[in-house]
Amino acid sequence: MSIEEKQKQIIEDFELLDDWELKYEHIIELGKSLPQIEDKKKTESNLIEGCQSKVWLDSVLKENKLYFFADSDAIITKGIIALLIDVFNGQSPEDILNSEVYFINQIGLQEHLSPTRANGLLSMVKKIKMEAIKNATVN
Amino acid sequence: MENKRRFSVREIREDFPSLRQLVYGKNLVYFDNGATSQKPQSVLDSINKFYSKDNANIHRGVHHLSQKATNEFEESRKTIARFLNASTHEEIIFTKGTTDGINLIAFSFGELLKEGDEVLITAMEHHSNIVPWQMLCERKKCSLKVLPINENGELLLEEIDQYISEKTKIFAFTHISNTLGTVNPIKELVQKAHQFGAVAVVDGAQSIQHKPIDVQDLNCDFYLFSGHKVYGPTGIGVLYGKEKWLEKMPPYQGGGDMIKKVTFQKTTYNELPFKFEAGTPHIAGGICLGKAIEYLSQFNFHDIEKHETMLTDYAQDLLYTFEDIVIYGESKHKTGVVSFNIEGIHPFDLGTLLDKQGIAVRTGHHCTQPLMDFYKIPGTVRCSFALYNTKEEIDFFISAMDKSIRMLK
Repeated sequence: MSIEEKQKQIIEDFELLDDWELKYEHIIELGKSLPQIEDKKKTESNLIEGCQSKVWLDSVLKENKLYFFADSDAIITKGIIALLIDVFNGQSPEDILNSEVYFINQIGLQEHLSPTRANGLLSMVKKIKMEAIKNATVN
Repeated sequence: MENKRRFSVREIREDFPSLRQLVYGKNLVYFDNGATSQKPQSVLDSINKFYSKDNANIHRGVHHLSQKATNEFEESRKTIARFLNASTHEEIIFTKGTTDGINLIAFSFGELLKEGDEVLITAMEHHSNIVPWQMLCERKKCSLKVLPINENGELLLEEIDQYISEKTKIFAFTHISNTLGTVNPIKELVQKAHQFGAVAVVDGAQSIQHKPIDVQDLNCDFYLFSGHKVYGPTGIGVLYGKEKWLEKMPPYQGGGDMIKKVTFQKTTYNELPFKFEAGTPHIAGGICLGKAIEYLSQFNFHDIEKHETMLTDYAQDLLYTFEDIVIYGESKHKTGVVSFNIEGIHPFDLGTLLDKQGIAVRTGHHCTQPLMDFYKIPGTVRCSFALYNTKEEIDFFISAMDKSIRMLK
């Protein structure tokens, strides 16, 4: 699935969750099922320091596709990370660079991307793009 | 005794229009008063009145509006002086807020310090009462000492003599901890400072709204607060300083209003309080802060204290019924703040779900990272109360907590 198709899929899934409780229960579930990354991957260079919750992001490039591994100490942050990883995993650096993340707004979680939220998610999206830039240049 | 307004929370809530709103379709429950308070209608009206009727620059204009604005601004200074029981209104310096005031003292009074001198603070200080002193110590080659606390979040007063000495020139401490709610025995701390010849700086950011303050009775050298935490506007605050120190201290910033005469060779400085108020001040803020103080002065402070302590105890008692709760700050002398965590749940997650239910709490380190390190936690959830909060709001908060925990566990 392309980044576009993935985002559409998530928006469709969330349309079924019509109140905040269902929506957040789903995000919390996603957060719980996202595999934890190993402690040795929780390095300073993989850390995105939000003011309140920490986010770690690591990536590998295989056959010109990027794969992301991420974790957070807050479960809601982790749930949203799971959505972001789902959108970007297995995509080429070029496609990631050219994409626009709009699904978070569409599923009513825009407040989590506001800089005042201080949960590291905004920086995480930036870091995903940076990883893409790094790997696109190499190729 | 003058006639004070009856303390009725129902009537008080009517005075605060911002409390009457829905957040995500639910009644707003505002428990983030430690960060900033909501504003009564009288303060809002005075902001509007100033800009629509009295707006002019102050202190220099000969014209009618300037005189009017100057009078209002200076009247406000007198209102604040009376509220704090300062010996003269010249001891009231308008600042941007508590942080600005502490920086003023650190930079100006700090000039009187010499290499090897010491500054003493406590382990429960806000970053604003740590960093300016660290900067001073670096600048003047002084050292910073920190009076520790115990697990209950109380100062280790029995150990104070290990930290204070003749070398101590400044002892800066908070009256009430913004994170723990601990009320420090400030009169005792002031005496201790004076015993060693140090000046006592009281951070009143979290006490001005909860406790009656009499700076002469406390005998503190400096007392600071922010307007916006005491039902006034943001961007304005007060530094009270004893006249004898303010006279001795060099100006902090140069510019208009703080000068007597300027030539290219030499400038002489204005008298107090203007010496410390360079540039056009926050005129509307200063005037409206006076209105906020007038609002608060309608009530008998004892009633406010009683109500807010009741809310703190009530919230704490109900929170203790949760399994896995850890409450930070268990001093018997505590008011206005309850800080806690549920084991296994990140404060950010709890705060997010409470927000979805219309409840405004603060999560994070509350600008007290060293205190978080002491408790070895990334942050806490903090409820902080004001005179307009109710038991019913706490009941609703407790049921919202119940729901949030069920969702997260």
